[in-house]
Amino acid sequence: MARTAAWLEPHPHGLYVRPADLWIDPSRPVERAAVTHGHADHARSGHHAVFATPETLAIMALRYGVDTAASRNAAFAYGDGFERGGVRFSFHPAGHVLGSAQIAMEYRGERIVVTGDYKRRADPTCAPFEIVPCDIFITEATFGLPVFRHPPTDGEIAKLLAAVRAEPDRCVLVGAYALGKAQRMIAELRRAGWDAPIFIHGALERMCALYAAHGVALGDLRLVGETAKAEMAGQVVLAPPSALHDRWSRRLPDPITAMASGWMRVRQRARARMVELPLVISDHADWDELTATIAEVEPRESWITHGSEEGLLRWCELTQRRARALHLVGRDLEEEA
Amino acid sequence: MKRFAALIDRLVYTRSRNSKLALIVDYLRHTPDPDRGWALAALTDALDFPAVKAGTVRALLATRVDEELFRLSRHFVGDTAETAALLWPDGSGKKGDISVSAAVDALSAATRSDAPAVLASLLDRLDADGRYALLKLALGGMRVGVSARLAKQAFAQAFDVPVDDVEELWHAIPPPYAPLFAWGEGRAARPDLADVAFFRPFMLAHPLDEGEAIDLAAFAAEWKWDGIRVQIARGGSGGGGETRLYSRGGEDIGAAFPELLAAFDQDAVIDGELLVRGEAQGGVEGGAASFNALQQRLGRKTVTKRMLADYPAFVRVYDLLGVDGNDLRLLPWTERRRQLEAFVPRLANSHFDLSQVIEARDFAHLAELRAGARDAAIEGVMLKRRDAPYVAGRRAGLWYKWKRDPLTADCVMMYAQRGNGRRASFYSDYTFGCWSDAGELLPVGKAYSGFTDEELKWLDKFVRDHTTDRFGPVREVEKTLVLEVAFDSIHPSKRHKSGLAMRFPRIARIRRDKPAEEADRIATLKAMAT
Repeated sequence: MARTAAWLEPHPHGLYVRPADLWIDPSRPVERAAVTHGHADHARSGHHAVFATPETLAIMALRYGVDTAASRNAAFAYGDGFERGGVRFSFHPAGHVLGSAQIAMEYRGERIVVTGDYKRRADPTCAPFEIVPCDIFITEATFGLPVFRHPPTDGEIAKLLAAVRAEPDRCVLVGAYALGKAQRMIAELRRAGWDAPIFIHGALERMCALYAAHGVALGDLRLVGETAKAEMAGQVVLAPPSALHDRWSRRLPDPITAMASGWMRVRQRARARMVELPLVISDHADWDELTATIAEVEPRESWITHGSEEGLLRWCELTQRRARALHLVGRDLEEEA
Repeated sequence: MKRFAALIDRLVYTRSRNSKLALIVDYLRHTPDPDRGWALAALTDALDFPAVKAGTVRALLATRVDEELFRLSRHFVGDTAETAALLWPDGSGKKGDISVSAAVDALSAATRSDAPAVLASLLDRLDADGRYALLKLALGGMRVGVSARLAKQAFAQAFDVPVDDVEELWHAIPPPYAPLFAWGEGRAARPDLADVAFFRPFMLAHPLDEGEAIDLAAFAAEWKWDGIRVQIARGGSGGGGETRLYSRGGEDIGAAFPELLAAFDQDAVIDGELLVRGEAQGGVEGGAASFNALQQRLGRKTVTKRMLADYPAFVRVYDLLGVDGNDLRLLPWTERRRQLEAFVPRLANSHFDLSQVIEARDFAHLAELRAGARDAAIEGVMLKRRDAPYVAGRRAGLWYKWKRDPLTADCVMMYAQRGNGRRASFYSDYTFGCWSDAGELLPVGKAYSGFTDEELKWLDKFVRDHTTDRFGPVREVEKTLVLEVAFDSIHPSKRHKSGLAMRFPRIARIRRDKPAEEADRIATLKAMAT
């Protein structure tokens, strides 16, 4: 029997669509790449031609200087797409970060969906995930273990604000990934009614401006580097996780160290990162979202990539679903979850 | 359980000692009996439920969660209680809180056969944080960084009572400590301990400042032995009560030293140094061995016959705190010493001997004797004010410790790691090494103290500017910086590649002037080993 979907080849460095001679999220430079979203482990620099949503292209332009005006690169809004080598490509919201897309491909009557990274719960900074029926569903599995169940976001934001208000002489320093998590934290704080200035690390500045330019209201943001220490007492400060315990943090008023990540569910993980206030807020689907999504899409077969593949694979086995694990390299699971 | 779960959750993430203290104080003040007592016992690992073990939890989980998914999850999380708490299906029972004491009652009453059912019905009624608290309470091993000492301080602070009194009463009253809380809140008199082998807080010494001379007419001198300070207490008139062996922090370590408990047959309370007999490890014949030998016996819950034979323990007695129902602590040292000398012969000389007073003409003579002491088990000299009573803690002017001059070695910095809390942004923990005969640098120790704040800033910058490699939180540095390391003693150790382990290493000086090639050799350090 011919292997199902033989036209899509999983390689350690990405998924290769042979009839179109095109790679999806390749981790090294290629001639043609379709990119699901702007995180560095999916969007690399150096590709000759990039196909992505306008937001993802803008993010890649900001990060790598990709020339969005060059005709070889092409931007597609959600629902739109292109055809190449007999394969019909289209982009659909993944709910992960601004511009994040699932890529659907149809070839000779067979449809494959690559989710990239995704989540199902509401996020004020990006379009919500859409179910795209398909034969083969290629899903991420960052939190593919049943210990990962993210609590409601509102409760975590309330925890953060309670900590800010409880210690007016200190600040709460939240570690949040520079693309996506940081802007979502700001937008969620605004939604919860926090309209004070939010102080950010310099590394977040340009991405926040890009979000604002795409219509995501983030309110009054100020740079820590341009603010007196005392002014940040009783306030929220945001920085990339790597800066939490860096020399940079010495300029803050006795910070309470917080971190927004799905990994914060596990106590000893939070402890190991010297986090005092863990916030379980993730841009990735948790166990319930992953399993519910597979059940809802009901594909003929699921391919599972990057994360705890074994856990999700086991679930598919237990529920009599066809599935296999793809082992892609270069996916950074630590920082951005 | 909600309040208790919130408390341990906060404690897990709180690093500063004072913040931990504040959290426990608040909990003790605002939680009713007997919940707070059980909680306190759980925090200090004083609870044991023989019918509920990690295996019970694993077996129970297998009835609700696929075993393979449990195994994968357990592997990822690294802790059975936390994995089980997160995996237990939510919403399977009617929610509502259960009190800590109801949980303790249920777990105590459980038998091996009904323990899984008992545990399941409790888990069904709790949310994930509550389940974590319950399982930690049931299995022990809280890992929240709360020592018995910290818990006692929290109690003292919560009810504004002297911590020394809390220390004394704590060990005499079993959980949930109802009489202790009643006394703390002023609802009852101080509990009567006449018949109990309770812990008396230790009297401690200040270090003697360099160059300070002491008048030996007012102070007596004795050797400071290099073991661990212990107290043996036996309560009850006629010596009919139980015997307890306490460490300096008030922990009951009797289970590790059954031969001492068996040999102590007098109604008395003594203060002394726990040592291991032997010449093999550097001790004189029939005398005390070095601290390294004693370490083989420490930290054990039970002890084998082999250990008893290879490392026979004994106590060198310093002081007599009580005898035949009389409390001697308020008597001056001279009088306690007179009674001690009369008392020690009542004990079996196989397991107890008297710490001798040093006969010195004057302070200069004492300094000479101290410098000449070759016994590996001698850590220095103690100076005790002759007219002082035995009082808890470190009081100015009463007792001094005068340690032997530390040994030093010139070592090369190899790795650095960030510190905790206030030092989280500094590379403040340093691993250093010395040269092997083959010209290789081998680690000999790790130190994170001894330097000033200014020096720390300089060291931090050195690490950042000279990093050659990173392994998680650890940085490897260029092997160019010489650190003069001071340490109390050095011992053979199989744990390190260099075959050596230092006791109390600290950074004495940064030797920017010295080239790394001129740092000390392993062979030189081996010659200092005891």
